[in-house]
Amino acid sequence: MITRRHLLGTASAALAASGVGLPKFSEAEAAIAELTPGVPEGVGSYATMAKLPGKKPLIQLSDRPPNYEAPLEYLRTPITPNDQFYVRYHLSDIPELKAEGYKIAVGGDGANATAEITLDDLKKMPAVEVVAVNQCSGSRRGLSKPHVQGVEWGYGAMGCARWKGAKLKDVLDKVGLKKEAIEVSFNGADGPAVAATPDFIKSIPVWKAIEESTIIAYEMNGVPLPHLNGFPARIIVPGWTGTYWMKHVIAINVLTKPEANFWMNPAYRIPVGKFPLRDRFLSQENAASTPITEMVVNSLITSHRNGDKVKAGKVTVSGMAWDGGYGISSVQVSTDGGKSWSAAKLGEDLGRFAFRPWSFDLSAKKGKNSVMVNATNKLGQSQTAELIFNPAGYHNNVMQNITLTA
Amino acid sequence: MQKFVIALVVALIASPVLADEQVIKLKQGAGLDKVEANCAACHSLAYIPMNSPFLNAAGWDAAVNKMINALKAPIDAADAKMIKEYLAKNYGG
Repeated sequence: MITRRHLLGTASAALAASGVGLPKFSEAEAAIAELTPGVPEGVGSYATMAKLPGKKPLIQLSDRPPNYEAPLEYLRTPITPNDQFYVRYHLSDIPELKAEGYKIAVGGDGANATAEITLDDLKKMPAVEVVAVNQCSGSRRGLSKPHVQGVEWGYGAMGCARWKGAKLKDVLDKVGLKKEAIEVSFNGADGPAVAATPDFIKSIPVWKAIEESTIIAYEMNGVPLPHLNGFPARIIVPGWTGTYWMKHVIAINVLTKPEANFWMNPAYRIPVGKFPLRDRFLSQENAASTPITEMVVNSLITSHRNGDKVKAGKVTVSGMAWDGGYGISSVQVSTDGGKSWSAAKLGEDLGRFAFRPWSFDLSAKKGKNSVMVNATNKLGQSQTAELIFNPAGYHNNVMQNITLTA
Repeated sequence: MQKFVIALVVALIASPVLADEQVIKLKQGAGLDKVEANCAACHSLAYIPMNSPFLNAAGWDAAVNKMINALKAPIDAADAKMIKEYLAKNYGG
C-alpha cells in the first residue's frame, strides 16, 4: 500500500528538481545544522536546520517520520519553550486531531469496564502540574562508539516542560482495575505507512501508571500541546524516557498479560544488569533484556561548545542536569582533567523531574582550558567516565569534557 | 505544470508536517531504483546516509531484514538482495 504521503514526497521531489520552490525560510534560518561532534559522518552530508509549523528551526534528521533535534542553544533555560521542543515519531501517518470529537477509549482485559474520555472530561478532573524532562531513549545515540543503527541523535533529543493534565490513575479509576492487571498500554493516533507495520503501542507497569505524577497532559507550558508534541493529549511518565510518553493518545488498555508488540520487544530494550537503575519492569523482563525505564543521571553544557574561543579571565560555564526523578544533589566541575573537582552553583529547583540549571565560574588562562562536568543525584549516582555500550545506544551519560581556548 | 503546483499546494495545506520536505540525493549505483521504490514508501531516504558509513554488509543486511521481518515492509526477495548490495557498496563502512 502506497500512501498519499509517499506520493507527495515524489511530487515535491519532482518539483524541486524542476526548479519550482517549496516554501522557504529566511537565510538566517536555513543554516547548516551545527551537529554534535561525534555523530556519524553521514549525518553531516545532508542534515540542515529546517522549520516545522509552529517551531523555530530544528536540526532535521528526517522529515518522514519527523525527527527533529533541538540545537544546544535551545536548551539554555530550565523550561524549554514549545517552539524549541524536539520532535520524534516512529511512524509517518500523523493525523492532525481536533479537540472537538477527540476521545480516549479506555478498557482492556484487565479493566472491569470500558469508558470514553473526552478532552472536556480530562479538564474536569483534578488537574496536576509537573515540570519534567522528556528525553528520547536514543538521545546521544549518534555518539555511541562503535556507532549503532537508529536515529542518530546528538545531544538535543530532549527538553523540559511544565505539563498539566489529569492523573492517569483518575482515568483508570473510571473503569476499575482487576487484581490480575499488570500493565497499562497506550496507543496514539499516529499510524504506519504500510498497514502491516506494527502500530506504535507502549505499556508501563500498573505501579507506574497509578503514581500521582503519571498524567494525561493537555497543556504544555501553559498552552495546549503543539500538534507535533502530542495534541490534544499525551501521556507523561516523569522520570522515564520519552518512549512511554504516548502522543495523541486515543486508547488506554489495562492488561493481564504483557504487551508483546515489536515496540516493547525487541525495541527499547537494555541488557539486564548493565545500568544502575532502580525502576524495573518485571512483567517484560527476560534473562537477557529488560525495557528501558528511568533516565540515568546526566548533564549537558549548554553555554559553550567544545573548541569555543573565550577571553582569558572569568568565564561562566553553565548548563542543565537531570536524572530519573530522584533529584540532582550536586554538579561538580573539573578544570584539570578530573584530578580535582569543585561544586557548581545550582539554579532554581523546579522539582525532582525537572532540568536543574547549574553554572560555574572558571578563570580561563591563555591557551587551552579543559572543563569536565559530572552530576550526582540524591541516590548518590553519578555520570560515567566511559561509555556503557549497548546495542541500541541508550543511556549515554558519559561526562562531557570540553576545551575552551583563550 | 500549474495544475501540478496547485495539487501540491493543496497537499501541503493538508499535510503541514511536510511543509519543509527533505530532498535526499542518494549516490548513483545499481539498485538505487529499488531503494527509492521500496524504502521511500514508508520513510525518508535520510535514514540511509544517517546510518553511514559505519554499517558493514552484515549490518545493512540486518537493517533490511528488520524492515521486512519486524516492520513488515512488503519488499520481495529479489529487490531486497539488490537493496542490500546497493547499501553495502555505497553506504557501507
